[in-house]
Amino acid sequence: MNAFVATFRRDVALMWLGGGALAPLGFFLGATMLVPLAMGPDRALLESAGPPLVWISAALAVLATLERLFQADLEDGSLDQMMLSPAPLEALVFAKGEAMWCVIGLPLALAGAPAAIALQAPPSLLPAIVLSLALGAAAFIGVGLIGAAVTAGVKRGGVLIALIVLPFFAPPIIFGSAVAGGDEVGAALSILAGCALAALALGPIAAAAALRLQAE
Amino acid sequence: MLTYLANPARFMAFSAWAAPLFFGLAVIAFAVGLPWALAFSPADYQQGETVRIMYVHVPAAWWSMGVYAFMGVASFVGLVWRHSLADVAARAAAPIGATFAAVCLVTGSLWGAPTWGTWWEWDGRLTSMLALFIIYLGYIALWSAMDDEEKAARLAAILCLVGLINLPIIKFSVDWWSTLHQPASIMRSGGSAIHPSMLGPLLTMAGAYLALFAALLMMNMRAAIFRRRVEAARMRGGEA
Repeated sequence: MNAFVATFRRDVALMWLGGGALAPLGFFLGATMLVPLAMGPDRALLESAGPPLVWISAALAVLATLERLFQADLEDGSLDQMMLSPAPLEALVFAKGEAMWCVIGLPLALAGAPAAIALQAPPSLLPAIVLSLALGAAAFIGVGLIGAAVTAGVKRGGVLIALIVLPFFAPPIIFGSAVAGGDEVGAALSILAGCALAALALGPIAAAAALRLQAE
Repeated sequence: MLTYLANPARFMAFSAWAAPLFFGLAVIAFAVGLPWALAFSPADYQQGETVRIMYVHVPAAWWSMGVYAFMGVASFVGLVWRHSLADVAARAAAPIGATFAAVCLVTGSLWGAPTWGTWWEWDGRLTSMLALFIIYLGYIALWSAMDDEEKAARLAAILCLVGLINLPIIKFSVDWWSTLHQPASIMRSGGSAIHPSMLGPLLTMAGAYLALFAALLMMNMRAAIFRRRVEAARMRGGEA
């Protein structure tokens, strides 16, 4: 348990102090800004297409942070230390994912509110959109752990991670956009929570298996 | 049978005659199946002649999933028993499966344009099939991005096993989201819903695809094993 908390705090500190929290947020807002520029500022069009595009921006923002998630640990030897620890590697990987969710996922979800407002989403939907983005970020991170772990040893693996991970982003995107679209919000949120739980349960197991091979 | 072939030397001896044999079988099955499907089978009373695309499309769809399932088994064997021939098999199967998936998507699109009135629809079956194609591409890209073949094999195997989750989604997509793509008509409770005059050419084509897969798989595996031997010989030569 100590190792879990220590890994969590270390990763939060590293991401927070290294400015790693700000960059995805800026990416998210920048990508969202491009949406009305590409579609034109037509209100009716934005109302229907805006919230799903907030979701796409959030997915891409998480994707952009994945490349370095395990690479730094592999390079500086912290990964070897994690494997020497009596705590199971799966738990430590889970701690890293949790840290990422706190530092990157939660701010993204909160930033989703102003972004959705700017894209003309009805204010009554805002709580659902923020909640869905928080759950969606957890699902993206759970799947992303696998992609990041599998490509940790590849130099400039950014595009490769995207190629590997994007098809698995499909389920959370489907149900997340359903929330943002405003129909059957409760059901879509429940399924989204299911996606997040499944991704967070399976992601660390597969990622830890991949990391053990990387460090051999 | 499989344990017998698990020995690389025995596999090489077996595939030396089995690969051409299966290739010949594929040629014969295509020579029978293609004219049967494209000219001599009856036209559909609703779809007319476009139904013939189905004979190319459906086997490609079946075997693109079948090949992925095969890769899943091979990956599992490679991961658990660290068997190098299983790794070779999984890697060799991927481009073939990706091609089947591409054939399935393209022919489906060609069929959809006159029949559904659209080249593409974001229906559950079509989308999950596209996801399968992208998963194939990611798997192939991961293999080629790694220098160390041992490691690449294990990591690709993990990725392949994770991707297995997509297969049931494709299979049941037509039942979960009944939007546009028609549900299963052959493997269904209550017997096949397709007329025997169309089932014959369809199954022949499916057999042809399977024989082609077996032949290409063995050729790819042989090429990979020969390449490995050349590299090993070169290493020894370099040291001497």
